[in-house]
Parts: sequence; C-alpha cells; structure tokens
Amino acid sequence: MQTRRVVITAMGAISPFGRGVNILIESLFAMKSGVTNITALADFGGLRTHVAAVVPDMDPREIPRKYRRSMSKMSIYATLACQEAVSQGNVTEEQLSGGRLGISIGSTVGSPIAIQEFFEDFLTYRSLERMRATTFFQIMNHSCATNVAQALGTTGRILAPSSACSTGCQAIGYGFEMIASGKQDMMLCGGADEFHPLSPATFDIMSAASVRYNDTPHLTPRPFDRDRDGVVCSEGSGILLLEALDSAQKRGARIFAEITGFATSSDTSNIADPNSESIEACIRLALEDAGAKADGIDYVNAHATGTIQGDIAESTAIGRIFGNKAPVSSLKGHLGHTMAACGALETIASIAMIERGSLIPTLNLENVDPLCGDIRHIRQIARADIKTVLKNNFALGGVNTCIVIRGYANE
Amino acid sequence: MNDQEIIDLINTTLANEFELNIDDMVPGAVLKDDLGLDSLDRVDMVIVLEKAFSFKIREEEAIREIHTLGDIHNFVIHKKQEME
Repeated sequence: MQTRRVVITAMGAISPFGRGVNILIESLFAMKSGVTNITALADFGGLRTHVAAVVPDMDPREIPRKYRRSMSKMSIYATLACQEAVSQGNVTEEQLSGGRLGISIGSTVGSPIAIQEFFEDFLTYRSLERMRATTFFQIMNHSCATNVAQALGTTGRILAPSSACSTGCQAIGYGFEMIASGKQDMMLCGGADEFHPLSPATFDIMSAASVRYNDTPHLTPRPFDRDRDGVVCSEGSGILLLEALDSAQKRGARIFAEITGFATSSDTSNIADPNSESIEACIRLALEDAGAKADGIDYVNAHATGTIQGDIAESTAIGRIFGNKAPVSSLKGHLGHTMAACGALETIASIAMIERGSLIPTLNLENVDPLCGDIRHIRQIARADIKTVLKNNFALGGVNTCIVIRGYANE
Repeated sequence: MNDQEIIDLINTTLANEFELNIDDMVPGAVLKDDLGLDSLDRVDMVIVLEKAFSFKIREEEAIREIHTLGDIHNFVIHKKQEME
C-alpha cells in the first residue's frame, strides 16, 4: 500500500459561537460557554434536561436554492463550513471537479427535523400526497456528504461514516487513510449535526444528560468535575481539508498541521458503557500508527463529555498511558457535545493550540473528581510548547477513535 | 375567483416556493430553461398548487404536457372551471 504524508491545509467551522473558525477559537480562548436554557425543551414530558448549545440563526440563502432545497440544517452547516475551508485553502474549481478531491463527512442520523416533519404529516393524514420530492435527500444517512458534493461540485469519493460521537474523528481518520493510500489527493473531512430534542432525550433516558443546571446553563457540562451530571447536546459542523503533503507543497498551500496517526476500534464489552481498557487499547493503537511514544504527546484533547462513567473511563485510560505528564483538557464545557461535529471542531481547536503555543483549559472544572484525578488537568490558559496532540472521541455503540496530530515540521 | 386572480395566485405561490423573481413570472417563461425548475421541483409544484387551490391534480395526464408558466395558468383556470 502506498503511504503518503497527510497534512491539513484549511478548516471551516459552524459552532454555537457562530460562523467561522476565528469566532470558535477566540470564544474558546476567552472561556465562553455556548450553552443556554432552551425553554421549548420544558414542553416535553419526561425530558429533564433543558439546556443545549445551538448555532445562532444564519441566513443560508447564499447557497443557491438548487442545492439548498435538499439540505436540512446539518447539511447547511456542513456546506458553509466546507465553503470556508475551500476559500481559505484556495482550492480551485479544477481541483474540486477533478476527481482527486473527495468528501468524508458524517452525521449521527439523517435529519431528525425532516424525519419529524415527514411522519407528522404521514401519521396525521395517512397520506404521502404532501411529501416533498426533496425530503428523502435530507433524511438519508449520507445527506451531509452528498449535499456538500453537489453544492461544491466535487466528483471524487464519498464517505459518510456514522458513529454518533465518534463520527467526526472517524471521518478525519478514514480521509487520512484514503489520502495516505494514494486513492485521493484531498479530502474535505468532518461531521455535522442539527439539534433536535431526540438527542438530549437519548441521553436523558440513560440518566446521562445534565439536568441540575437548567437555571445556570453556563455552568454545565462539567467534564472531570466532581459535580458533573451529564451531557449537554449541541450542534454545528467542523471541516478540515486534508491533503497529501506533496500536493500541498506543489501548489504552495499553507500547512497548518500534519496527521500522523489514526486508530478506531470496537468496544464490545457494552453497547453504552465506556470501558477504560478498550479506550487505552485504542490510544495505544493510534500512538503506534503515528510511530509515537507516550512521552512524545504534548497534550491530550479529551472526549470527556461530562458524564459520570465516561469521564472516569477516559481519564483512567489516559492516566495509565501518560501518568500525570501530558496536559489534558476537554472542550465540551465550552461547546457542549456537538455530536458528529465534535471530533472535527475539537481537532480544529487543537491545531489552534499548537499554533498559538497555548492550551485551552476545561471550562467548569472547579473540583476535580478524585476518580478522574490521575491525570494532569489544565485549569487555566497555559503557555506550552505543543508539537504533538492526541485527540480522543468515543461513542455510544462502542466506537473508539483517536487521532495523532503534529504541528507541521518541514523536515 | 376570476382568471386574473388565479394567475396572480399561481405566480405568487410559485415565486415564493421556488424563490423566483415575480417579474420573471410571464406566461411564456419555460419552466426548465427560464425558471430553472427541474423534475424534483415539478413534484413540489404540484403539492403547492394543490394546497393553494384545494384540488387534486397529481394524477392528471395534462400535467405532463406543461412546459411554460402559461400552460400552468391555462391548466389551473380550466381545472377550476371544471370544479364549478
């Protein structure tokens, strides 16, 4: 198998802080919270969590109707984030349509908003007569990937990984392998999700959603904190343009970072409960893929969503490998859990930390849970010479994913 | 509803649905070439017209012969007359 070095040459983001990578990074470093009280959630019986981080309203009409008509919000987020990356990366029309640029973008499910609209009408009238021709294109599982391809006119490969919270990380990893193997030269990689009550309800019924901070939403989620009480659901899209190093060098592209390793594995011990041994094994696989040793990792960007079990399992695994040497933080306190987008948005933030030589701490981590205590938590903005980052994401269904990212060194 | 009111309702309904400029809604406008409406749009066009005029036209053979906005005007006016 051909192996090529793979670098990141552009990024795009839609987050609860708004549109663009800049506002995402500035808000994270400013220790802002995107979490708010969503009063409409109180209308649903049995739903105890009333907090979420949602994307501010934005006008999608810059996407021509021809493409927008088949998009739900998640595809709009993904398309706008891709447009930012394509613009920043100076990707030409010829490169988009030349067949060597592919798409690897996933979501947790097809659009829950479109699914709800369809079934509300279908079950009310027992009729399909009002079903729009474009509904299916919003519901299908590869909706984001194909809508982006249509809107940008890309003719390369389409991947639409779907592994809930691991989706974005997996999409980057599979894109990385696609380029490394020589099948594509560029891949727009990442994830997107739109907020719907289905997401918090899913966590709430498993007693894994944050329910005690409805009146103080900025204080939750609380990764690794003693008083954490669960996930806060969020939405958005993160996109990275991955590119073969030789391609980037040939066209003189700005190189932000390099992906040096990726691993994904299945945890079959339980479909819902994270397992520290399985997480540890996946991290070790990623390090091996990157040819890195534990002491070569300068920072760990944790998945840590603020659930009781998940944070313990992840910190235990990190502690076994890195002890208390490598600094660790989670960005869920700022962003909430952006679901399929989190792997990509958090990778973008990790690259910003490498570039700035500064670490973003975990928001709302006030009293470290002793059961999460065996690692080096970052409690405040800290200067650091960061060369190599480990990025973790773990999903319901037992899907582990880890990426190793290195600041680009032209050796 | 007189013929002009029908035409006006068709034009505003389609202009709103498909984000068209009302000034482009002239009888000679070819749906595909001038208004950019493709096969997916024609499905949704039937749905919005059925809602606007409270009739069922999905199974009408004459729908398949529609090429211009004027064809739609004539079809709907004829259909409304049939219903009266």
